[in-house]
Amino acid sequence: MHAESVPAGKTAALKAFEGMAAEPGVKKPDPILVVDNVVRRFGGLTAVNVNHVEIQRGSITALIGPNGAGKTTFFNQLTGFDTADEGQWTFNGQNMNGVSAYKVARQGMVRTFQLTKALSKLTVIENMRLGAQAQRGENFFRGLIPSLWRGQEDEITLQAEELLEQFKLDAKRDDFAGSLSGGQRKLLEMARALMGKPELVMLDEPMAGVNPALTQSLLGHVKNLRELGMTVLFVEHDMDMVRDISDWVIVMAQGEVIAEGPPDGVMSDQRVVDAYLGAHHDAPLSAEEEERQLHEAEAELDATLEKEVKE
Amino acid sequence: MDWTLIISRAVEAGIGSEAIIYALAAIGLNVQFGYTGLLNFGQAGFLAIGAYAIAVTVATFGLPFFLGVGIGLLLAAVMALLLGIPTLRLRADYLAIVTIAAAEIVRLVVRSVALSDTFGGTDGLQAFSGSFYDMNPYPPGEYGIPPIIGFDNRSMWVLTVGWVLVAVASFILFMAMKSPWGRVLKAIREDEDAVRSLGKNVFSYKMQALVIGGVIGSLGGFIFALSRSAVQPDLFSTDLTFYAYTVLILGGAARILGPIVGSMLFWLLLIFIGTGMEEAVNSGAITFITVNQVGAIRLMLVGLGLVLLLIYRPQGIFGDKREISLDAR
Repeated sequence: MHAESVPAGKTAALKAFEGMAAEPGVKKPDPILVVDNVVRRFGGLTAVNVNHVEIQRGSITALIGPNGAGKTTFFNQLTGFDTADEGQWTFNGQNMNGVSAYKVARQGMVRTFQLTKALSKLTVIENMRLGAQAQRGENFFRGLIPSLWRGQEDEITLQAEELLEQFKLDAKRDDFAGSLSGGQRKLLEMARALMGKPELVMLDEPMAGVNPALTQSLLGHVKNLRELGMTVLFVEHDMDMVRDISDWVIVMAQGEVIAEGPPDGVMSDQRVVDAYLGAHHDAPLSAEEEERQLHEAEAELDATLEKEVKE
Repeated sequence: MDWTLIISRAVEAGIGSEAIIYALAAIGLNVQFGYTGLLNFGQAGFLAIGAYAIAVTVATFGLPFFLGVGIGLLLAAVMALLLGIPTLRLRADYLAIVTIAAAEIVRLVVRSVALSDTFGGTDGLQAFSGSFYDMNPYPPGEYGIPPIIGFDNRSMWVLTVGWVLVAVASFILFMAMKSPWGRVLKAIREDEDAVRSLGKNVFSYKMQALVIGGVIGSLGGFIFALSRSAVQPDLFSTDLTFYAYTVLILGGAARILGPIVGSMLFWLLLIFIGTGMEEAVNSGAITFITVNQVGAIRLMLVGLGLVLLLIYRPQGIFGDKREISLDAR
């Protein structure tokens, strides 16, 4: 392969997005995930209010937005870790609202977490094996008879070792996951998610807390997922990374999708600039809000003073 | 001081029915707390269910002994399901609260006056172990290694059955924990959300752990009832659960041999200290306490020992410090 040739997956993804209108809720030619009218409220706060969003199969889609935009809540809803108050969404045409988290994963929609959940008291290889689906030995009674699951376990181990090699974790195979660095844990979590052979990989801030040396390698792995035919949806703050790897960008602010488009176009969109800079999420939106925030700050100050006086 | 007596009593306690009962209770807790991270503070209730199932079936209703065993196992599983359904979806502390209350409910039901025709009230039930001892293959006589160990043929039968149960339960657990099933449990202990995100039905696994641990606990209840040929409700108070936790932590949680060695050592030390102090008081070696105070002081020493254990060796005798759930990293 020529060094500068564009990988097949990228070409296909870019072709799919060619000439597509850059507006929120735009239709995609082959969506793997379709979201309609999803709402999540926490008391009076509407954390998520998404009218319509489609995720194109085989692409890398970034979900960006300022702090508190509802990205992670939205993520949690889609993967069954949180319930939606209203709305529905389909994955491969199947309704996923109300489906519990483990069933979502079994369907082929696997996620990682913002705060890495490498299981630190299991070894790296055990972490990987855990990721495999439909294991015969995971039934209590079948588990008691090793001959029923040994063969499958060996297959799983081979698959795990291959992935570990790809992710350059093979030297850590038998170490406890707790001994890995933050970046290596991110890699392990991603590799472990791939053990289940997902169709849609959802990464919640894959770059958070990863040192720059590992960033490139992580980026490479994410791009590679697309080459392997997987769809990637990820939440990220780092704009350089978003520009580098995503085919399509969805921007959320205050729970709503405010813009969509190719990475370069969307970042110059006035609404996006406003969301990030102009309308900072901490700034009061109304006179009452400002009043309330002032009261809060005062109450906090009073409480601290009182505490200090007591001490 | 009669050292032969002290050592003999201590060794007999270390391999006796008490050690078996607490080993089984702690093996059950090991499945729940040690491997899965579930805080079951109602293990006494599961033992009570096992013990009373045999006693009520045979003594009250005059039905066959083995039917009682079957009912005991079934009821323990049902109780685990009843406790698990509302609480396992919530945080770990809720299970602790509900189980401790449930065990007390079991105890208060079997000691209630209104139901004393069935359960015998505070006096409990007797005369139900006949068919168990009819199966005793040991001819009457003294067995053991004189002068240290000596058991009559009835005790020998209980001990044989009891240790076989301990061995079978431990072997099953050993195989289960080596399997992918055990791997899922250990992963749940650490982070259930991670396990959920990998497509495992966490609720179902926690329920299985609760049921298996409860059923093993009910085996301890069987031995409890049979070794004494009697059941009384107040033997199944919360102390039993906490002693079982002591045994588990002493031996090392999340280790197959942990609860067994923990239980043997716990009873050996408890009786050694108790009998030793009694002997010392009787022979005049210790003058500042009376024999009646020995029981209380013995428990204080156990408490002190447990505190020291948790400070200096929280993983117990066999435990791997990296693997226990007691540490907060």
